[in-house]
Amino acid sequence: MRSNPPARDGNDGTWGAWRAVFQRDLRIALRRRADTGSALVFFVIVVSLFPLGVGPQFELLRRMGPGVVWVAALLASMLALGRLFADDHADGTLEQLLLSPTPLPLLVLAKTAAHWLASGLLLVLVSPLLALQFDLGGAAGGVLFLSLLLGTPLLSLIGTIGAALTVGLRGAGVLLSLLVLPLCAPVLIFGAGAVEAAQAGLGVAAHFSLLGAMLLVALFLAPLAAAAALRIAVE
Amino acid sequence: MSWTRYAAPQRFYPLAGRAVPWFAGLALLLTVLGLYIGLLLAPTDHQQGDAYRIIFIHVPAAWMSMVIYLAMAFWAAVGLVFNTRLASMLAIALAPTGAWMTFIALWTGALWGKPTWGTWWVWDARLTSELILLFLYIGYMSLHAAIDDERRADRAAAVLALVGVVNVPIIYFSVKWWNTLHQGASVSLTRAPSMATTMLWGMLVMALAFWMYSIAVALARTRVIILEREHNTRWARQVLGSA
Repeated sequence: MRSNPPARDGNDGTWGAWRAVFQRDLRIALRRRADTGSALVFFVIVVSLFPLGVGPQFELLRRMGPGVVWVAALLASMLALGRLFADDHADGTLEQLLLSPTPLPLLVLAKTAAHWLASGLLLVLVSPLLALQFDLGGAAGGVLFLSLLLGTPLLSLIGTIGAALTVGLRGAGVLLSLLVLPLCAPVLIFGAGAVEAAQAGLGVAAHFSLLGAMLLVALFLAPLAAAAALRIAVE
Repeated sequence: MSWTRYAAPQRFYPLAGRAVPWFAGLALLLTVLGLYIGLLLAPTDHQQGDAYRIIFIHVPAAWMSMVIYLAMAFWAAVGLVFNTRLASMLAIALAPTGAWMTFIALWTGALWGKPTWGTWWVWDARLTSELILLFLYIGYMSLHAAIDDERRADRAAAVLALVGVVNVPIIYFSVKWWNTLHQGASVSLTRAPSMATTMLWGMLVMALAFWMYSIAVALARTRVIILEREHNTRWARQVLGSA
């Protein structure tokens, strides 16, 4: 075991390492605002293109809205995933993380959490505005907001596995989407399904329960799988 | 003699070579028998007419698409945990066959759907999850192909295969969980099958034929992969005649 002196200010040990990684990733995201913001801008542009493509009838837009916003959120989160481990791999930070005595899945979870705050959460926050473009006001807009709030952490967690598997590969970006998008299909189905159920006047509890259940499972398993993938990638 | 004796690629290679003709022969025999039962003996369905006869290809292919994924994930896991080379080679040898089975199941399903449902494709739970299975196979093979180092490719693809295993029970139970257009299972272990006995026999014989075919092709492919990876060893050079 390690012979560190006992923690005095709560900055030592496993929790301290977790917080250090989390804060570092957040700080990097804040310093590179252009990188962080590009996924958000992509999200807004893609969603805004759909009414231009299919025509401005509100009847049609209301039907399509939930699916369009969800698919755009899925694609935007893919964009941001490529950077999750790539920079750390390039400058050697990743190897330091692998060598650290802190369990790797916990560090991966810290990176995923910071990544979600800097990408997924931003998408969630602008989604009510975009929902208005599709005339999804009131209850439907609220359900869309909540379903994205439950769903985007799930996308980040699943995406972490893909990002870990493709670290340092050529053509990693396209491959990442190829691996992760099929796995994200259930999230999309239940997320968009919740909004459609709300529009039809049905209960949304079942959809939210399933999303929550998937989130809990992914919260436990995804960091483990991603950690295994990182060890394989860097060994 | 230990059962792990044949875990060495060098010993597995001739064993697989002896087994392939047997499995291929059985596959041919059972296919002829199964198609004879299915196309000539089985009665015409009173609802679907003769269109239902595609079941003798569709159902075995759909079964194999799931079974092969499980087998692939199993061998990938064995390769990942015990670090055995042969298990990883078996896993990657199974993937193309599994992808083809998935494709055949989707394709014949579309051909069957047109006359009976009136549409090539519906976004039904079982069809969607089978399509996702096809994407998972493609992702598995793409990831393996993208990594140059074989051992790293084996292990990374194994992690992906294990993550994707979640999808198999979803496909299997989808017609029970979501009551959609795709009909429920006609064959079950717990109750009498809801189809004529000859139809059932035709389907089971065809399923067995698909099993034999898949084993034969996977073993033949494993032999090629073994030679490809071991081409620097003395025994492989002797086999290739380039020593």
